[in-house]
Amino acid sequence: MNNKKNKVSVGKRVKEFIAKLLMWVSMAVVFVFVVSVLWTIFSKGIKAMSWDMVSKLPGGGFYIGKEGGFLNAIVGSLMIVGASTLLGLIVSVPVVFFLNVYLTKGSRLAYVARLAFDVLFGVPSIVYGAFGFTLMIWFGLRTSLLGGIIVITLLIIPIFIRTMDEASRNFPKGILDACLSLGATRWETLKVVVRQIAPGIATATLLSVGRAIGDAASVMFTAGYTDSIPTSLSQPAATLPLAVFFQLSSPIPEVVDRAYAAALVLTAIVLVLSIAGRFITARFSRNKVS
Amino acid sequence: MNVRTLKDRTAKGLMLTMTVVAILTVVAIAVGLYLKSRPVLDSQSLSSLLFGSQWRPLKGQFGFLPFLMGTVWVTLLAIAFALPISLFTAIYITEYARPMVKRFVFPVLDILAALPSVVYGVWGILVVVPWISNHVAPHYVDFSTGYTVLAAGIVLGIMVLPLLVSLFIEVFSSVPAELREASLSLGATRWQTALRVVLRRSLSGILASSVLAVSRAMGETIAVLMVCGCVVGLPHGLLDACYPIPALIANNYGEMLSIPLYESALMFAALILFVVVLIFNLLSRIVLYRIEKQNE
Repeated sequence: MNNKKNKVSVGKRVKEFIAKLLMWVSMAVVFVFVVSVLWTIFSKGIKAMSWDMVSKLPGGGFYIGKEGGFLNAIVGSLMIVGASTLLGLIVSVPVVFFLNVYLTKGSRLAYVARLAFDVLFGVPSIVYGAFGFTLMIWFGLRTSLLGGIIVITLLIIPIFIRTMDEASRNFPKGILDACLSLGATRWETLKVVVRQIAPGIATATLLSVGRAIGDAASVMFTAGYTDSIPTSLSQPAATLPLAVFFQLSSPIPEVVDRAYAAALVLTAIVLVLSIAGRFITARFSRNKVS
Repeated sequence: MNVRTLKDRTAKGLMLTMTVVAILTVVAIAVGLYLKSRPVLDSQSLSSLLFGSQWRPLKGQFGFLPFLMGTVWVTLLAIAFALPISLFTAIYITEYARPMVKRFVFPVLDILAALPSVVYGVWGILVVVPWISNHVAPHYVDFSTGYTVLAAGIVLGIMVLPLLVSLFIEVFSSVPAELREASLSLGATRWQTALRVVLRRSLSGILASSVLAVSRAMGETIAVLMVCGCVVGLPHGLLDACYPIPALIANNYGEMLSIPLYESALMFAALILFVVVLIFNLLSRIVLYRIEKQNE
């Protein structure tokens, strides 16, 4: 009897041990991949990195390995992402506010809206690119800064809305009731609500900027590529991911090295955004009542 | 009616319009893509488009089977690779880990989720492709460039890892603590509890999350395009090159528009992608919403 009991517990313990081992292995695998990706990009990129790369436009012989840098791609990316983030915020803040303040909890419209934005969130960026391109043909636009901005805005609105909506979920409804009972209209509660979900808005913005700046498939046909910095909305614009992609396919080693340098710049930007996002969620909840 | 009420009403109307317009984007994308793919749909039957394997744009033959199979192979491999890793990681985080560990793991997952597709592509070309070409392929075939289904599957698998882990964590956290406590108090080990209580209760959530990850993986473009080999043909094994649908669209769009029907065919490819992703997303989200609601 005693013997049997012992056996069972040994079996239990062995299983527990194996399970734990598998978990540790899985975690280790994840860590190894992260380190491998970051190390590969860093070690390859740092060799070709120089001040010229990030401060100069491509020179005459840039694509055969001569002078110049990829400032055009950095500025192009920043222009597109900056403008679409602004447009995205203008559209999504009211929508989130509407979903959370004007609609009641069991609302059918709110359910459908959330579902629609989740679905839009899942739509691949290449589909946005293709759809954006047809829209541009429709309106008689060529590949341009404007085209890139439109498509990236479409791409990030669902991300904006869903992340901000998540943040507003935890928002205490008692505050809303307090405002309303003091005679405020629902529109006037905006001032209070925005202050409450401000960290959520900030995190959502950083997340969307990160997604937007790294997306290549959607800007490929809509923003095009150019060696100069666009001076108007109708000119094409270069972007960092495409700078990596195009230079990587070059047969000349110096040019390929520059692709690695561009990848390093892109990775650095995205990492800073991601870390800042975590930081804000952790710290900036000063005005928050919980 | 005073000014404040008027303001409130106006704001409400405006915001309602914006919300409805945003919802209608889903419909607009579907209609736009459908209208664009009409010409190729009119020229051939749907079944010959989907199940034909002849891809000769110059002769007007558009059989999407090689691309569909490319997508299926790469996606399934990616999920098969990512599923066990993310399940074990999520179980560890929700059932075993101390808060200290979480503070360490979440930023790492954040980084993995934040890295752009093209960076994964560069990594794939520099690390995965040479590894396959030099160490894996020689055991099975005479020669391989390394640009294969396997390479694309591995790169894609890593890309969906953070999504899967975060979805699983959410699903597992929705299992009531009382159930765990009951199981533990009856003498079950943590692993037994995780396996027989938490996992069993989360089955539908796990399935929905996996479907969501599948749809994410299917649409991934640049990273896959960089490592898949892009050879038109039915892949027969992990060491064959393949040509998934997003790669097809990205590689050819804007270049071959002079060939009749080619643009339409590419739009049809985008439509297939959109419809499949739409259905997968709808199904899995509805299941996940239901789980969330139970939790509340």
